[in-house]
Amino acid sequence: MKSEAELTWKDMEIGCIVTEPGSSKYYRTGDWRSQRTTYDFSRCIKCGVCAMYCPEGCISPNEQGNYEADPYWCKGCGICRRECPTGTIAMVDMEE
Amino acid sequence: MGKKVGMEVSLAIAEAAKMADTDVVAAYPITPQTHIVERLAELVANGELDAEYIPVESEHSAMSACLGSVATGARTFTATAGQGLELMHEVLYVAASMRLPVIMVVANRALSSPLNVWGDQSDLMAVRDTGWIQLICENGQEAYDTTLYAFRIGEDKRVLLPVMVHVDGFYLTHVIEPIEIPEQEKVNKFLPPFKYPLPLDPDKPVSMGAFAPPILYSETKKAQEVNLRASLPVIREVWDEFEKVFGRKYKAVESYRTEGAKTLLLTLGSFGETAMAAVDKLRDEGQAVGLLKLRLWRPFPFEDLRKAVGDAELLIVIDRALSYGGPGGPAFSEIRSALYSEKKRPRILGFVGGLGGRDLMVAEFEGMVKRAQEMRPKGAEEEFEMYGVRE
Repeated sequence: MKSEAELTWKDMEIGCIVTEPGSSKYYRTGDWRSQRTTYDFSRCIKCGVCAMYCPEGCISPNEQGNYEADPYWCKGCGICRRECPTGTIAMVDMEE
Repeated sequence: MGKKVGMEVSLAIAEAAKMADTDVVAAYPITPQTHIVERLAELVANGELDAEYIPVESEHSAMSACLGSVATGARTFTATAGQGLELMHEVLYVAASMRLPVIMVVANRALSSPLNVWGDQSDLMAVRDTGWIQLICENGQEAYDTTLYAFRIGEDKRVLLPVMVHVDGFYLTHVIEPIEIPEQEKVNKFLPPFKYPLPLDPDKPVSMGAFAPPILYSETKKAQEVNLRASLPVIREVWDEFEKVFGRKYKAVESYRTEGAKTLLLTLGSFGETAMAAVDKLRDEGQAVGLLKLRLWRPFPFEDLRKAVGDAELLIVIDRALSYGGPGGPAFSEIRSALYSEKKRPRILGFVGGLGGRDLMVAEFEGMVKRAQEMRPKGAEEEFEMYGVRE
């Protein structure tokens, strides 16, 4: 598949229709982030509340079963930090 | 040969949409378009047309519903006028950019304020750059024919663009004219069923109307521009096919008594009928005056226009809309621009008249020819004026 920068006007589908389902997963919305998540997994009770509230749907359990956001898509909105009942999640500025 | 019947032009337009076997109509009534959609609602209600009639709460919703309808692959028709066309303005761009061939008749009407429901082409000119194919009708037969062949043009796989059919409000919509309604079999032969290549289908999902960041937007716009320009040969092909089936020939620019004409009038829409009578009168008096009628507004038929203008020395463009503070009437400035690069071009003068339902009679067209001859030797400061305004 051509990257965005390689596509010419002749590559455009009729009316720019997207024919590949789920292609939005290639879009790195993580670039938008000004804050990122950090975790103190000793407090995580693996309840998954953060994943339910995540507007990007980018939180899933890691190998240990602790819930973690994927930085490829995480926009750093901090909703998971606010909703986490045990205070596992903290937000830090990207430059730190 | 079809039957020639006396029919209100609005009803003939509804008949064309019916005979095209429209699947969906989504429309909001507004003067002077009302009779078209009332008639369609009636045809659906009494079972003469097997279609879904969506009574929406505004024109913005009407056009939005039409987009959804075409996206599923349904043949879709709507109609509006004046303020209604303005209310659907933002959705018009979406129809063209998404390549959804909605077919829409616009009963051209003045724009507020002051409130005025009568014939005027201000609404037409305000939607010039929406990316639609735009055709302008001169009489009732043309209104029927154009509505019918608009489906064939818009739905062609090489085109897939929405088409606006402009008819002057009241001057056309509310008059009864003898109109030849063809046999249904001929219409069926001319107009194949609509097949959208990438419709909304749960078994083969697609995303429509997605977003394009700066790195892609220009490419999408170039694709759209190339596509609209490339519709011109297809439009010509459809006119040829229409002539073969129905016997009436249409062209992008019609010429009337232009042989050896030194002076040419140029009109859009129903003005052409009155202007023909004026040209006849002036020819009888020995004046070498002819008439050009512009039928295709977008894509603009540059070559046809240059050819039709020929060796004329004076070209008088008559607009039924103003471009406030701009370079004269909208059609006038476009036509001047289209001829600018020609080595030999006529002196081009413009009049704006007939606004908000003001009648321009034969005498007024004669008057414009006379007035243009007075203006002709003067410089750039006198290239256009509003005609028939009380001082």
